This record gives sequence, structure tokens and C-alpha cells, in this order.
Amino acid sequence: MTAGDSLASDQVVQIKGLNKSFSGNLALRGVDLTVSRGEFLTVFGPNGAGTTTLLRILATITRPSAGRIWVSGLEAGKDSTEIRRRVGYVPHQTLLYDDLTAYENLRFYGRMYDVPDLESRLQALAERMGLTSQLHRLVRTLSRGIQQRFSIVRALLHDPSILLLDEPETGLDQQASAMMVEMLDAGAKTVIMTSHRLENSLELADRAVILASGRITYDAPKSSLDKATFAGVYARYSEMK
Amino acid sequence: MKSSFWVKVSAILWKDVLTEFRTRDTFTSVLVFSILVIVIFNFTFVPGSQMFETVAPGVLWVTFTFAGVLSLNRSFARDKEKGCLDGLVLCPADRVALYLGKMLSCLAFMLVVEAIVLPVFAVLFDLPLYLPKLAVIAVVATIGFAAVGTVFSALVVHTRARELLLPLLFFPIIIPVIIAAVKASELALSAASWSEMTSWLTIIAAFDVIFTVAAALVFDYVLEE
Repeated sequence: MTAGDSLASDQVVQIKGLNKSFSGNLALRGVDLTVSRGEFLTVFGPNGAGTTTLLRILATITRPSAGRIWVSGLEAGKDSTEIRRRVGYVPHQTLLYDDLTAYENLRFYGRMYDVPDLESRLQALAERMGLTSQLHRLVRTLSRGIQQRFSIVRALLHDPSILLLDEPETGLDQQASAMMVEMLDAGAKTVIMTSHRLENSLELADRAVILASGRITYDAPKSSLDKATFAGVYARYSEMK
Repeated sequence: MKSSFWVKVSAILWKDVLTEFRTRDTFTSVLVFSILVIVIFNFTFVPGSQMFETVAPGVLWVTFTFAGVLSLNRSFARDKEKGCLDGLVLCPADRVALYLGKMLSCLAFMLVVEAIVLPVFAVLFDLPLYLPKLAVIAVVATIGFAAVGTVFSALVVHTRARELLLPLLFFPIIIPVIIAAVKASELALSAASWSEMTSWLTIIAAFDVIFTVAAALVFDYVLEE
């Protein structure tokens, strides 16, 4: 498969036969997945299912043991730097330095991503997330929820076309969650999100995938999802080996 | 493109310097350790004796070497906290820029410590305060320390016993620099001319160039999981 093939079908993410093992333990087993432009995909899975590993590989932080990945037609491993420009990643940890202010952190990452007109971009995003008054405080003095909001701003700073969100609602109150959803809706970005919160996350998704023991056991579009019974579906498919 | 490269190098340098300036945790520990080592050695040998002159360069470089390892241990450990190392890996920056940024911040840190320790060493070992030859040797050798140490610091940051592992990996590689620096310092302290020191300084400079280039090339593989 070439980069051209992957672009032709408007699939911004393509994963073929992805395996990842840590010290002989397989975290991902033969994962095949495609995500279309503008799609909101939610990946559900119990602890240890491999959801975080999947996102870390897509973010090019972790190298796969086997398989191939294309992001926006660029192959991971060959064009990783270009992929990084297109991807925004919100992991469990905030990736913010405790002894710098939030502003200094965002300015640092903005310079690392060559963000044009950084100052106004930074201020605008902080304002949209209700963070303007917190910008000049040291990160270690901020609550977990505020740090998480800044982590989301950090991931959006370079205006990525693909967002990888690993349980982004961690530590967020209802108002902050609503702000995050509003920002995601406004951006028309391709989003891959992992979550344990079935109802809220299903609401956002165009498509739901269940990952269990490193395999995709369930993949369905929103139209075929029945919210009332999804908890039962999740319980059944997340137990599959 | 070139300016973007240096913007990233300076962003990393600025971030590390600012963080250390705010906390001063590594700086204070390394400085106190270095001065303690010199004071202890000063009590061991009688100033002015022949033995004293022989061991003085060794004392200086033992101090610089162990202080260097202490500071290198902290170089990536701070990035590792709260996943900031992932944040660095995620950046669409040339890995050489990441390497140079971290290497320059290690270098700056070690040079500041040495700039304070060197006069203390001169006073305690009854030497003149103005030691330009020794200062030049320290700068050239510290470049080699930082060049190699930055890579090994990144390599061991994911391991649990990184404080033990770093010196085990770092010392065998850096031995040529330490030997050449001790020999050159011996000549400098015995009032030898620049030309007499050239061969040792050339060895250190060659090491600096070779290992800076090699380290920059392998840094990408060191960073990825």
C-alpha cells in the first residue's frame, strides 16, 4: 500500500496488522482499523485492553512491534515528524512542567511546534477554555482539572487535524467537559478518544470500537448503536479474549 | 528552516535553565557535593608537598566527573516527571535539535558549577586564582562530558536504577577525556606552555567532535520506546 492509496479513500488513519509487545506480553494483537476524515471514534476498553498503547503508537511515541500505520497518508516510522505536526495528543499525564507557569509551558510547546502568531493563538485558546486568569500561575499550584484543561489547550495549540484523547475527561468538571466538547465540535477534526464513561462518550462518537485484550472485538457506527443496551454490549465484548 | 531549528534548541535550553533557576534543587546539591569533595581532599594531603601537586589535577577531575554524573542524572529525570519527556518526543522537531538543546543545557549547568568550584579549588590548594589554561581545559572537556552524558542520560531515564546505570555506562566511554584532561591540567598547573598542552587538548577536542556528531545521530533511537 502506498501513501496515495491511503489518501484516496479519505481515510486519515489506517492501521494494518498492528502488534505491540512489552517484554513478551502482547498489548495489541493484529489490530486493523481505519478512521475517516472528520470522524469521531471512541475506543472503549477495560484496564489493560491496550487503548493507551494504541494512542501512543498513533502519536509516534511508541514504536509498534509489527504492522503498519498511515496517518494522513504518511507512514509512521518513515514520516513521523510530519505526522507529529498533524496530531494533537492528550494523554493521562498533562505533559506540563510543574515549575513553569502555564503560559511558559504553552509558549515552550508553541515554539517547539512552530506555531505562527503564537501569542494570540495561546490567548484565544486559553480564553475559550476559561483559563485566562490562571495563565501566569505555576503549574504545580493548579488543580488537576485546571491542569487537564491546559493540557487540552497544549494539544490544540498547533491546530492539529487529528486529535488523540486518552480519557480526556479525567479531572474535568461538567463545565470544563462541556467546554472541551464545544471546542472539539467547532474544530471539525478527526478525533480518536478512549474512554471508560460509556454514556457521555457514546453521545460524542460517530463510531464506537471496543478493544479487549489487545484485539478489536466490536466496531459499529453510531446509527446502529442503541444507547440503552450499549452497557450490555460493552460488558459482553470487553470480556472477549 | 534553519531558524526554526535554533528556535527549538533555544526553547529547550530556556526551559531547562528557567526550571533549574526556579528550583535550584540540582544546582545546590551538585555545588555542595563538589565543594565537599575538594575540602575533604584538601585535608588528606599536605599543601605544598610533592604529593599534593601530583594529586591536585586528579582531585579536580574526580570532583568535576562525579558532579557531572549527578547533574546528568537529573537532566532527563525532570522531563520524565508528569510525562513531559513524551511531550518532547511528540514535538515535530529534528531529533538533533532536541539533542543539542538538552546537551547545551547540561553544558551550561556544568560550566556554572565549575566556574564556582575552580576558584574554591585554587584557594584551598594554594594556587593563583587566575587559571586561564585550566579554565580552557575545563570548558573543552566539559563539552565532551555533556555530549556523551546527554545520550546516556536519555538512555537510562526509563530504567529504575538509572542513578547506578548512568555511571556504569558513562565512565568507560568518557575515560579518554578524563585522562587527557588530568594530563593537560597537570601541565597547566606546572606552568607549562600552551604548545606543551596542545596534544592533550587536541585529543579532547577530537573526542568532542566525534561524540557530538555520533550522539546526535543516535538520539532518535534512544528517545523512542
